[in-house]
Amino acid sequence: MDHDAYSNTYIREVLDSTKTVAMVGASPKWNRPSYFVMKYLQAKGYRVIPVNPGAAGQEILGETVYGDLKSVPEPIDMVDIFRNSEAAGPIADEAIEIGAKTVWMQLTVRNDAAAARAEAAGMNVVMDRCPKIEFARLNGEIGWSGVNSGVISSKRRRARA
Amino acid sequence: MTQESPYGFETLAIHAGAAPDPATGARSTPIYQTTAYVFDDADHAASLFNLQDYGYIYSRLGNPTVSVLEERVAALEGGRGATATASGHAAQMLAMFTLMEPGASFVAANKLYGGSVTQFMRTFQKFGWDCEMVNVDDFAAVEAALKKPTVKALFCESLANPGGVISDLEPLAELAHAAGVPLIVDNTMASPALCRPFEWGADIVIHSTTKFISGHGNAMGGMVVDSGNFNWAQNDKFPSLTQPEPAYHGLNFFETFGDLAMTVHGHAVGLRDLGPTMAPMNAFLAITGSETLPLRMERHCQNAAEIVQFLNTHPKVAWVSYAGLEGNKYKPLADKYLGGKAGSVFTFGVKGGYEAGLKLVESCELFSHLANLGDTRSLILHPASTTHRQLTEEQQISAGAGPDVLRISIGLETAKDLIADLEQAMAGA
Repeated sequence: MDHDAYSNTYIREVLDSTKTVAMVGASPKWNRPSYFVMKYLQAKGYRVIPVNPGAAGQEILGETVYGDLKSVPEPIDMVDIFRNSEAAGPIADEAIEIGAKTVWMQLTVRNDAAAARAEAAGMNVVMDRCPKIEFARLNGEIGWSGVNSGVISSKRRRARA
Repeated sequence: MTQESPYGFETLAIHAGAAPDPATGARSTPIYQTTAYVFDDADHAASLFNLQDYGYIYSRLGNPTVSVLEERVAALEGGRGATATASGHAAQMLAMFTLMEPGASFVAANKLYGGSVTQFMRTFQKFGWDCEMVNVDDFAAVEAALKKPTVKALFCESLANPGGVISDLEPLAELAHAAGVPLIVDNTMASPALCRPFEWGADIVIHSTTKFISGHGNAMGGMVVDSGNFNWAQNDKFPSLTQPEPAYHGLNFFETFGDLAMTVHGHAVGLRDLGPTMAPMNAFLAITGSETLPLRMERHCQNAAEIVQFLNTHPKVAWVSYAGLEGNKYKPLADKYLGGKAGSVFTFGVKGGYEAGLKLVESCELFSHLANLGDTRSLILHPASTTHRQLTEEQQISAGAGPDVLRISIGLETAKDLIADLEQAMAGA
């Protein structure tokens, strides 16, 4: 996998095959980026389970916060990492252990060694991207903000909602 | 990040940003002539106002017709995103509004559109923004000017108005980056069909879409295009993007939106609070115009080259400043940055100076005497008495708009008809 340039098809497959996301580093503060992404993904029909040891037991956007990935009592398709690149390593290892299908590292987060371990375990890896931006880009919403989606199609656009 | 598209430039000019209307299937982009947009419920409204969801609120901040043009121009420039404005001047104000603070300054080329010189040197002063003008051919002077700690940007035109001058973008981008500031390039005269400044390291591109992008002399508009490549957090020069924004409850734009930060800020703060929004009708006209940009630019340049050849050997013409001419100082830069073309706007001097120039302008029957460029129609102007008249004579000469200078914007008419018109006008001059 070329982590400098993902194809639209690859990102679309990752997003389409995901139902449940564990968001590591989810913040209970409504003006933090993770909160924006969680709220958006919920609106698009994803189940998002927050993971944050500092907020374990609390609720964010109607979901219980867990202290670590292994404590989440249900199957996870994607682990979305809102932590720095170094911290992403052990979190990716936990994602492998719990049998998630995808490790996704947020904008500016990149850990190539962890990516290699996850790929060796048969997982999809996306780094230095945001699932909110990518979902909106592939479904015709990001252009509403003047952003170049890079997507051209003569078909009507219909977002999953 | 700069966007590399698998599609060719002509395909992007027609398709980028525009998809069939989701509700009706309408294939041409509809003119969404509406002021506001309904919210699904209170929570949806809150999400939109908090910038947590994508969507339209009020047309001062965004409109579905306008955003098609934004994505179109962003794609043509290979940029990450774009913010449309009411005019090119509004685009310059909006870009600087994001970068500047009272007491801040920027460095600009001294060969610029006269209206930009006045905006930068006089009107921007009222915001507490200083501008220092330098000859951007003199890299040592540029480097020295960029050393001032208050400097936030370097600004130039790719192909400079009134014509014949090309900025050496690649080394200028390196100088700007060494000083920790972005290179802003006004790409109006070249258009992305001839020059894509992001490919040479520029960070922000400004357009007056009124000119070649719209191309028909019928729709005002401007555009701020962001490459998405500049790291706004590399120093503390850009607090609007890297510090908590009180008007959005402490939101940090660069942290939250990454390489979309400049574009989101342009809409959510710039357009919201300054209000120079592009009208949907103008966006529609510019979208339609942009679809033929590659074809038009080809013919603009071809016609211009023919007329330059005619003028260059005419006994009443003192000189022609056109970067496409062999022997012109800027010909190597035209080859490097504009694919060997030199646009269709240039200047020349008529023997007899100011009076002869005015007489020539008034004697034209096909060329229109007006202050615009990048129209299907051929245009002629005497800058010293019109577009550059706010400047001192010294500024006029340094901007390439001295008393004997005539500016021409070659349109899409039959070249021999344009030559005949200039021939008869010069006979009377």
